[in-house]
Amino acid sequence: MQTNNNNFNNFNRYYNLFQQNKLNNEIAFIPFITLGDPNFELSFKILDTICQSGADALELGFPFSDPLADGPIIQAANNRALNANISVKQCFKLIEMIRSKYPKIAIGLLLYSNLILHSPDFFQQAKNVGIDSLLIADIPIELSSEMLELSTKFQLPLVFIAPPNADSKVLESISKAENLLEVKQRAYTYLLSRSGVTGIDKTAEQPAEFIISELNKFDAPPCVLGFGISKPEHITTAKNSGIKGVISGSAVVKIIQDNLDNESKMLSELSKFIKLMKAATKL
Amino acid sequence: MKTNAFYGEFGGYYVPQILVPILEQLEDSFLNAINDDSFNQQLNDLLTNFAGRPTPLTLCRNITKNSKTKLYLKREDLLHGGAHKTNQVIGQALLAKRMGKTEIIAETGAGQHGVATALICALLGLKCRIYMGEKDMQRQQQNVFRMELFGAKVISVTTGSKTLKDACNEALRDWVGSYKNSHYLLGTAAGPHPFPMIVKYFQKVISEEIKQQILNIEKRLPDAVIACIGGGSNAIGAFANFIHEKSVKLFGVEAGGESIIGKKNGIVLADKNLNSVENIGIYLGMKTPLMQNDEGQILESHSISAGLDFPAVGPEHAYLSQIGRVKYVGITDKEAVSAFKLLAQKEGIIPALESSHALAYALKLINENPDEEQILVVNLSGRGDKDLHTIRNFEK
Repeated sequence: MQTNNNNFNNFNRYYNLFQQNKLNNEIAFIPFITLGDPNFELSFKILDTICQSGADALELGFPFSDPLADGPIIQAANNRALNANISVKQCFKLIEMIRSKYPKIAIGLLLYSNLILHSPDFFQQAKNVGIDSLLIADIPIELSSEMLELSTKFQLPLVFIAPPNADSKVLESISKAENLLEVKQRAYTYLLSRSGVTGIDKTAEQPAEFIISELNKFDAPPCVLGFGISKPEHITTAKNSGIKGVISGSAVVKIIQDNLDNESKMLSELSKFIKLMKAATKL
Repeated sequence: MKTNAFYGEFGGYYVPQILVPILEQLEDSFLNAINDDSFNQQLNDLLTNFAGRPTPLTLCRNITKNSKTKLYLKREDLLHGGAHKTNQVIGQALLAKRMGKTEIIAETGAGQHGVATALICALLGLKCRIYMGEKDMQRQQQNVFRMELFGAKVISVTTGSKTLKDACNEALRDWVGSYKNSHYLLGTAAGPHPFPMIVKYFQKVISEEIKQQILNIEKRLPDAVIACIGGGSNAIGAFANFIHEKSVKLFGVEAGGESIIGKKNGIVLADKNLNSVENIGIYLGMKTPLMQNDEGQILESHSISAGLDFPAVGPEHAYLSQIGRVKYVGITDKEAVSAFKLLAQKEGIIPALESSHALAYALKLINENPDEEQILVVNLSGRGDKDLHTIRNFEK
């Protein structure tokens, strides 16, 4: 398959990652950044640094004018990228560059539906640059049928969010949708640690046992926890409750925000943070 | 959801998964309430004895001289709070209490929805916080003070365009974290299902009264009903009871801003091809026509009237436009200001700048056909005291 020529066994890279993590008794550390923040060139260096420092996978946002699931830190990142005139095309270019340097790292996208609606061959482009999953923040499972068709057509798994207020029926629908592709092509399930928008002022809470056990019962892809993950102890707690990975967004983006005038400090602080968090996944 | 969330292809509830059960709870509570006599009694009591319904239907005496038109104004400007907004905040606030919520979140543009929300919260003992764009707070200072007098907390929104669009985003973000105790009292017939349905239900009293009043006076239906449209709550309320009366023409008047051509306005429906994906998008939980660039980044709208300064429109209006039932048109800032002043000078009424758009279009219709014997109804959705400062600046 031409579109997967960088992938060593044609399996979804998340699938490979979780297999590998299991052997090493660790979980995945997945930093999130907004592509093009604060500009194209520096964004590449940031991605490169994050990969070098031991991130297991990347969760990448496309900048959007109205990110309604995001708190102030990631909103500001979206604005910086948009002010730098970052286009959808440039976002794909950045991914292409990172993909050619790191052929094995899993890359997921997290974005808003209006960008996909206005980019007619979005799934094809995502597949071409070696994307492993797609989370659309404002498409709930109930309205996902069109996107699921595209997901199946392009063998690009959709990730759904399992929020703390989900009932068994919703968790079953999410599991079914995520399992439309065969096992080795699946990605993960995004477990929401708490209510609210992205940010670090409200820290992660212990996810409900009910949510995890229901997802396991319905054989959903591995659970990855997100929202409010900013400290190593959040990772330890998550690992103990059977979570297979964590996504840290605002804490990472805050390092970018706090060091906009000092590139080398920004990159070294990012590296330090990624190493610290990755180390916690092995405890 | 128990009811259809779509109007043709428009509408839906494109929100983070966490909000779906909350919207379902709201829909349930609404469906249950409107069939409950005690709820309807409370609602009608407040509409009549607190808000001052029914509002009059006033025949213009002077502005239509030199024409054969009879122009009626539906006087929502006389409703408590100074605009039609009070109709539906009473309904939603009662729903919030029914659901056991103790806090109300709202967004506001011109401040009219904020004022209406704040006053009903004061009456019903609900804690109230209102998001308002920094730019709107500056141009509507008096309404900010009114909200604060009612005990509401007004939160300045400094992100994005610093207007209604961003206030909506912030209100929704708040709700995603606080839904256990809070209800998001959305101010227009837009946003995710079931809001467009609920807001229409509580605003349709406007057209019910117009119909009854005009039949009493004229013994016939009007030739046209004209309303301004930002998100579209006063318009859907004024149209609701006439949509199936095919003899009644319906006009929705959008903000033409500096010019109805180009992007310095708030036009998403007038003369737009709604079958083209470039004009449609997903924003604030709904699929609907939007002002946006080629990549789907949502643009800032431009209008002299804060209440129409919104880059999207409620989904039912999109549908009514697509099927050709309502004609949507644009009126510029300048035309609206002229109509504003004319009504003050000739009829002794200061209309809201928003409503002045509808009035300006009615005047156009009259001028185009001075010899036609016609009955027109303009929904005068609010009063213009809040706009005096804006008018004075516009003159300069």
